[in-house]
Amino acid sequence: MLTIENLEVVYEDVILVLKGVSLTVPTGSIVALLGANGAGKTTVLRAITGLLDIHRGEIRKGTITLNGDPIHHLDAPKTVAAGVGQVMEGRRILTEFTVDENLRIGAHTADRGTIEANLDRVYTTFPVLADRRKGVAGYLSGGEQQMLAIGRALMAEPTFLLLDEPSLGLAPLIVQQIRDLIVEINEQGTSVLLVEQNANMALSISSHGYIMETGKIVMDKPAEVLRDDDDVREFYLGLREEGATSFRDVKHYKRRKRWLS
Amino acid sequence: MEELIPVIVRGLGVGSTYALLAVGFVIIYRATDVVNFAQPALMILGAYYVSFYVFNLGMPFPVAVIASMITMAAVAALTERIALRPMVGEPPFAAAMVTFGVFVALFILAFRLIGTNVIVVGDPWGLERMDFLGARVNQIDIAKIVISMIAIAIVGIFLKRSRVGLAMRATALDQEVALAQGVNVGRMFGLSWAISGALAALAGMLIGTAAGGVSPLVAFVALKALPVIILGGLDSIQGSVYAGIIIGLAESFTRTYAGTYAPWLGSNFDIVVPYAIMIVVLMVRPYGLFGTKEVVRV
Repeated sequence: MLTIENLEVVYEDVILVLKGVSLTVPTGSIVALLGANGAGKTTVLRAITGLLDIHRGEIRKGTITLNGDPIHHLDAPKTVAAGVGQVMEGRRILTEFTVDENLRIGAHTADRGTIEANLDRVYTTFPVLADRRKGVAGYLSGGEQQMLAIGRALMAEPTFLLLDEPSLGLAPLIVQQIRDLIVEINEQGTSVLLVEQNANMALSISSHGYIMETGKIVMDKPAEVLRDDDDVREFYLGLREEGATSFRDVKHYKRRKRWLS
Repeated sequence: MEELIPVIVRGLGVGSTYALLAVGFVIIYRATDVVNFAQPALMILGAYYVSFYVFNLGMPFPVAVIASMITMAAVAALTERIALRPMVGEPPFAAAMVTFGVFVALFILAFRLIGTNVIVVGDPWGLERMDFLGARVNQIDIAKIVISMIAIAIVGIFLKRSRVGLAMRATALDQEVALAQGVNVGRMFGLSWAISGALAALAGMLIGTAAGGVSPLVAFVALKALPVIILGGLDSIQGSVYAGIIIGLAESFTRTYAGTYAPWLGSNFDIVVPYAIMIVVLMVRPYGLFGTKEVVRV
C-alpha cells in the first residue's frame, strides 16, 4: 500500500504547491488522480519518486510510506529499487537509443538475471515494440513511444507504477489501447496510480478517484460514484444536462466551482 | 611512396594521441555538457606520475603506466566531486570556467612537482626505428597508434555494451530520465571524469615518450584536442578518432612538405594547421563531421 499523508511541497523555497495532500493506493488497485493543469498532480509524483530536488522543490511536511516504510526521504535510485516505477509526463524516451537499449536502461536497478525474462515479458505485452527492437526509438509513433515508456518502467519490476498522463497527445483509439494495457499490467500484479486529464478514461478503469485543485484534494470517492457525480460530469467529463446554457448558469458554475475547491 | 610512409606513420602516431585526448573531452562533454579545460593539466600530471613511478618507485614501465592511469582517474574523480558537483544545475559555461580554474590549479601543481626541468617517462621505445612496409619508421609512432586505438576501443565497447556504459549514455541524453530509471547520476559524472583522467594520463605518457620528454609547458600541446573535437563533433567518440587522425596527418604533411612546396608559409606552420582547420570547420559545419544531429520524427 502506497500512502501519502498531509504532504506539503514548496518550490524555490516560496511557492507552496501542495497544501496537505493525502491519498492511498491500495495494493493491487488502480487509483486515478485527476485535476486541471497546475493543480499539482505531477508534483505529487515527483515527491513520491524523489525527483523534487532537481526541480528545486522540497517536502516541508507530511509522509509518504510504502507498505509502512517511509520513502519520502529516499533519492530517485533508491525509490526505484524500493519498487516504485514512474512513467514521466510526455513519455521522455531516450530518442537516440534503440528500443532495446531504452528497455535495458529501465532495468538498471534490477538483478542481471531478471533482464532477459523481463524483456520477454515487455515484448509479449507490447508486440509492436518487438518488431522494432533494433530501431531508433525516436522514430516510433507517439503511441509506440508511450508503450516503450511504460515498458521501460516495467523492466524494474515495480510493485507500484506511477503513470503521468499516458493519454497525452494520443488519438482516441490509441488511448483505448493504452487503457487496456494499463488494465492488463494491473492484472499482472502491479498497482497503478494514474494521473490523468482524460477523466473519462481514468475513471473507467480505476477503483478509486481523487480530484485535485490548486494543491489540495477536493474530492475523494470510489470511481463509479465520481463518474455519476453531477459536478464531476460537468467540469471534468464535459457532460451536462441538456438545455442549461444561460448566464445564470455561468454564475452558478462559478459558485459551484468555488464550493468544489 | 616509400618516403610517404614515415610521414603518414608519424601523422597517425601524433593524431592518435590527439584522438585519445579528444575522447577524454568528449566523454565529459557528453555526460555533463561541460568542456573540460583541465584535461591538459591532467595529462601533464599523468606523465609526471609515470615518470615518478618508474624512477622513484622502480616499477616496471607497463605497471607504472597503469598505476599512473589509476592515480589520475582518482584525481579526476575527486576534482569532479569537489569542484564540479556543486555546479550541477548551473549553466555549462560557468562550469567550464570552473574547469579552467582547476586547470590553473593543477598546472601550478605540475610546475611544483616537475619544476622547469624536462622529465622523461622511461619508456622502452626511445628512438628505436623499425622496418614497416619497406620504410624505416619510429617504433614510438607505432606504439602510439596501437595503444591509443586499443584504449579508445575499450572505452567504446564499455559504453556500447556494458550496463554502466548504457547508464552513462542515458545520463548524457536526459539526466532526469536516467534518475527516474534508478541511475545514480552523480556517480556517472564521477565515472566519466575518472575515465577521462585515465585517458589523459595515457596520452601524457605517449606525448612524453622518446626524445621529447615532458615539461609543464607541453600542456599546451593538449590544446590541439580542441580542433580535434570541433572537427569530429563535440559529442562523438568515433568523430574524435577520425578527426584526430586527420589533424595529425595534416600536421605531419605540412611539417614535411611546407618547406619544399610553400616556403612562403615559413617554418613551424604545422603548429598553426590544426587551428586553421578548426576555423574552417566552424564556418562550414559547426557541429563537426560526426556531431549528432537530433533525431526528429517527421
